[in-house]
Amino acid sequence: MNNIYIYMFIMAAVTYLIRMLPLALIKKKITNKFFKSFLYYVPFVTLAVMTFPAILDATENVWSALAAFVVSMIIAYAGGGLPIVAGIACVVVFVVERFV
Amino acid sequence: MNNFTLFKRGFKNGIPIFLGYLAVSFTFGIAARNSGLSSLQAILISATNLTSAGQFAALGVIAASSGYIEMALTQLVVNLRYCLMSSSLSQRFDPKMKSHHRYLISFGVTDEIFGVSSAYERENVPPAYCYGLIAAAFPGWVLGTALGCLSGDILPASVLSALGVALYGMFIAIIVPPTKNNKVLLGVVVISMLLSLVFAVTPILKEISSGFRVIILTLVIASAAAYFFPIKDEEEAQYE
Repeated sequence: MNNIYIYMFIMAAVTYLIRMLPLALIKKKITNKFFKSFLYYVPFVTLAVMTFPAILDATENVWSALAAFVVSMIIAYAGGGLPIVAGIACVVVFVVERFV
Repeated sequence: MNNFTLFKRGFKNGIPIFLGYLAVSFTFGIAARNSGLSSLQAILISATNLTSAGQFAALGVIAASSGYIEMALTQLVVNLRYCLMSSSLSQRFDPKMKSHHRYLISFGVTDEIFGVSSAYERENVPPAYCYGLIAAAFPGWVLGTALGCLSGDILPASVLSALGVALYGMFIAIIVPPTKNNKVLLGVVVISMLLSLVFAVTPILKEISSGFRVIILTLVIASAAAYFFPIKDEEEAQYE
């Protein structure tokens, strides 16, 4: 049996280093147009990829999740702020699951 | 805006993260107890890692009594996407920002905190705003783990199910509004979701773990967008 606390130390250290190194090493603003643009697009791609279709597995059934997805997209597009969209998504799931 | 106001704004925007984390880490707490960890160990893991997929993966490594190197590699692979996120975030901090802020904020680069920080309306994200986000998100992650450990049925399934979608609602609230006035971003978001779906359902491609799917698609789509639609200098301010 390996030592659980050594496992925990390794986990924390590796995870922290992955997050910390880029922030510690890239202090200047990048001027290269391609890399600058690439980093600008990164959040949109990563968050979109993480959201869909994963959201469909996030709840008790796929219909409540699909309803939350569609409603969130519409409210976000209409200009609803972050807490509002997140809150309404939860309410939609809760309500739909009472009926489906 | 002074630091306290920025902190409060971050904290407020972090409340959906708090709720979402409560639900996700609750299931981590249950899983950790089921794989034989003590409550204290599970809470310690959540407090020192603040990440979902990596912690779940670690439970498998611990349960199998695999080697320490395997643990390090698993964490590296599962969490490699944070490297891309931190690199992107590096361009959103003031180059003059003090190093200790960089070391502290690094700890909090989760999918959600990264997402909300990126949606900050100016090019330079102030550290106080990030600390506000972390101050809301971190307790949610640790508290949820504790609750999951102590009792698997404090939160009913219906509530967990509803809270579980909060994080996705948040992602949508981050990526959709800027697409309204920017056709390229709209295309980037739609193509990202479609290709993600393709990766999730196509034989062979669906064997790729979700962590690597994020990395592969980010490298491909963000590179293509950067190559064909490099941002113009006046576009830099357009963060919201």
